[in-house]
Amino acid sequence: MADTVQPRDARDVEAAVQWALAEGKTVEIVGHGSKRAIGRPAQTDLTLDLSALTGVTLYEPEELVLSAKAGTPLAEIEALLAANGQQLAFEPMDYAGILGGVAGRGTIGGALAANVSGPRRIKAGAGRDHFLGFSAVSGRGETFKSGGRVVKNVTGYDLCKLIAGSWGTLAAMTEVTIKVLPRPETEQTLLILGLEPARAVEAMTCAMGSSCDVSGAAHLPAGVAGRIAADEIAAGAVTALRLEGFSPSVAERARTLEALMKPFGELATAEAPRSRAFWTAVRDVIPFAADRSNLSPLQDERPLWRVSTAPSRGAELAAMIAKGAQAQTFYDWAGGLIWVALGASDDAGAALVRRAVAATGGHATLIRAPASVRAAIDVFAPQDGAVAALTKRVKESFDPKGVLNPGRMWAGV
Amino acid sequence: MSLAMPAPDQAVLARRERIVAALRAIVPGEGVIAAEREMRPYESDGLTAYRQLPMVVVLPETTAQVSRVLAFCHAEGIKVVPRGAGTSLSGGALPLTDGVLLGMAKFNRIREIDLANRLAVVEPGVTNLAVTEAVEHAGFYYAPDPSSQIACTIGGNVAENSGGVHCLKYGMTTNNLLGCELVLMTGEVVRVGGKHLDAGGYDLLGIITGSEGLLGVVTEITVRLLKKPDCARAVLVGFASSEDAGECVAKIIGAGIIPGGMEMMDRPAIHAAEQFVHAGYPLDVEALLIVEVDGPRAEVDHLIARIEAIARSCRASTCRVSASEQERLLFWAGRKAAFPAVGRISPDYYCMDGTIPRARLPQVLKRMRELSETYGLAIANVFHAGDGNLHPLILYDANKPGELERTEKFGADILRLCVEVGGVLTGEHGVGVEKRDLMPAMFSEADLKQQQRLKCAFDDKGLLNPGKVFPTLHRCAELGRMHVHAGRVAFPDIPRF
Repeated sequence: MADTVQPRDARDVEAAVQWALAEGKTVEIVGHGSKRAIGRPAQTDLTLDLSALTGVTLYEPEELVLSAKAGTPLAEIEALLAANGQQLAFEPMDYAGILGGVAGRGTIGGALAANVSGPRRIKAGAGRDHFLGFSAVSGRGETFKSGGRVVKNVTGYDLCKLIAGSWGTLAAMTEVTIKVLPRPETEQTLLILGLEPARAVEAMTCAMGSSCDVSGAAHLPAGVAGRIAADEIAAGAVTALRLEGFSPSVAERARTLEALMKPFGELATAEAPRSRAFWTAVRDVIPFAADRSNLSPLQDERPLWRVSTAPSRGAELAAMIAKGAQAQTFYDWAGGLIWVALGASDDAGAALVRRAVAATGGHATLIRAPASVRAAIDVFAPQDGAVAALTKRVKESFDPKGVLNPGRMWAGV
Repeated sequence: MSLAMPAPDQAVLARRERIVAALRAIVPGEGVIAAEREMRPYESDGLTAYRQLPMVVVLPETTAQVSRVLAFCHAEGIKVVPRGAGTSLSGGALPLTDGVLLGMAKFNRIREIDLANRLAVVEPGVTNLAVTEAVEHAGFYYAPDPSSQIACTIGGNVAENSGGVHCLKYGMTTNNLLGCELVLMTGEVVRVGGKHLDAGGYDLLGIITGSEGLLGVVTEITVRLLKKPDCARAVLVGFASSEDAGECVAKIIGAGIIPGGMEMMDRPAIHAAEQFVHAGYPLDVEALLIVEVDGPRAEVDHLIARIEAIARSCRASTCRVSASEQERLLFWAGRKAAFPAVGRISPDYYCMDGTIPRARLPQVLKRMRELSETYGLAIANVFHAGDGNLHPLILYDANKPGELERTEKFGADILRLCVEVGGVLTGEHGVGVEKRDLMPAMFSEADLKQQQRLKCAFDDKGLLNPGKVFPTLHRCAELGRMHVHAGRVAFPDIPRF
């Protein structure tokens, strides 16, 4: 078991990385550890626990910006924003359900390092789109910053984009600045009942191609829908379209959307509280949550894949996978995000999933699987020669000795 | 011109004829321009204060040609400056005397329109507006709308991460892309993203966007398309002080409203615009706001009423709501013509582009008025009020000796002021050569070196657009050097478990 150190401030982080460099040691960066089971398993000499770097350092609601130390709990930030009628528009998902952890954990730094998002991704973007600036310590043991604290900035390279989704392999963030946005006054969800996936994708395409400003479009096939809610949803497949905003606007768009969706099937409406609960469940992939009936919830390591593709190819991709294995799927992002749960196997179904993705375009990430499987196969999308080489050079430009989270994304990166 | 550019490589200049011949073998016909007279149109971009003839202009038509040109230049150690339509206001496409100017104008086809997936695949030389024109029959549009959108190209927009008046609500270029094809300086062709959201690995698309042509040459771009809102209405609000106008902006956002556009003009800009286009702007105000909301009719009507109430609570002296589409466009006509309008009242003007935390606006305006007196140069301000992006226009006469130099000093002072109050050097025009030497006002040496190390990952010889963005050029070997004190760093005094 690796030693764990818990820096008290950014200077401690720098000192720890410099020590690791001098000793030729490797470092795993963690916040709350809520996403620790994602990626290739870490085998590092030291664990750098950033969860003591906490506190919101700047919050100006009318400027739409918030800065916080990287280890600040996401829940604390979300509560502060909610008290001011604001939110993180990228709707960060909570991995606790599917990974078997404690709900509501996770830090802002971790959310950005994993570039998390939620159903609103199709309208408001992911963490990357709201990430304005940061301070960090590179794998060279040097403190550097990028970006700023204003929402519009093109000064220098946009390193925020690169750090978002780099899973701690480039730098250890110590403080971040993000764009925050008003929380919608209300929401409601239009449900279309009983559609087959291909038809559901058509319905979602039609809705997204309207001016109704749909902020969530998901399809839960029969057998999956029932795991989210009772009543009419439990009976069969459900296609859900979320409308958010000011009340008069939501009401008008709901009328328009209902007229558009009528030809597709039977309709129902979920008002605000039910709508909210539904989308939280979709966001957190509750249909494929870890089985907690087991004495040790962490034992549930049935393979779960997160696949991003062109929305119009979503149903086709899922059908290809279902031909080759017992698969359960559901669709978010109007068909562009597919969660695929498979039975246990040596490669967690990688060959099958990767073949399907190669046919439709996109990328697949193995979100849940036993550590032994994650060590043996590519967890993140395999890269072709030129991109793989560029990725390696980018890693080396921040972390030439491979100190930070080595091998978390790919072997040798 | 006082700008120091990288020292010309005499060995390259001495081989010019052979280089031109080799480039002609790659790009046949009229795709290689070497005659001085024909290269003249490429000597500057939108920042016309700086001019430089390139060694040779190359206008490739295919990705294979771009790849071969770059591979050749990489092997031969020849610098390359990429160029879209040449509308950069920061000198991003300023040529180098010993460099190839790689014009991408012939990449002007829209390759695919995929409305089911709400995207278009376009070549980099397609103009920004042409994308919208190609899809508006179906009610779609491409959201980023820089004011040069008639002329500027998508490739240039990617390089500069261009914004526009609607980017508070709809994002900048970087928020509206899905993928690209990129040619590295070595000639390697890399595909990033596609028709899906998010990258499977590092967000290379995100880092290419806004990299000002220093990392690679984009040869194809997949852009997201949005459905046009049902309607839009605008409110024109006048205030007796910029403080009141600033308060109104803060209250609108505080009320949870993100307008499609929210623009502010100061007294000199209002007067210049009104004289030019007769938009009906009030002339007895210190600050004018145009607030536009778009969406379904019910939402627009609801928000317009709320914005009117907020404006009145902020002591607005005038408040007019557009009663027709014609009137809405008239409100905008003055704002959109603000630059040429200022051009009518002054022989020359210099457009700046800083961003500030909005709350600091009154302080920044006051300080700019003081600087205006110190330098003896008038100034007019237009301001993307929603996101704090300030465009001061400095009025000057290039024919008066020393006035351009004074203008540049004034401009630099304004940008330093933006950084001082918590803002940044550029909100949407880019660093280019214009703000290059101001970068240390915002970034430490460590910050800049890390950015340059990233450049080394894409361009190991520093041949792509050198002399832009970074004030000091370092060799990649020097940047990569590490001083590791093996075994000599004590374990830090940090809580351990």
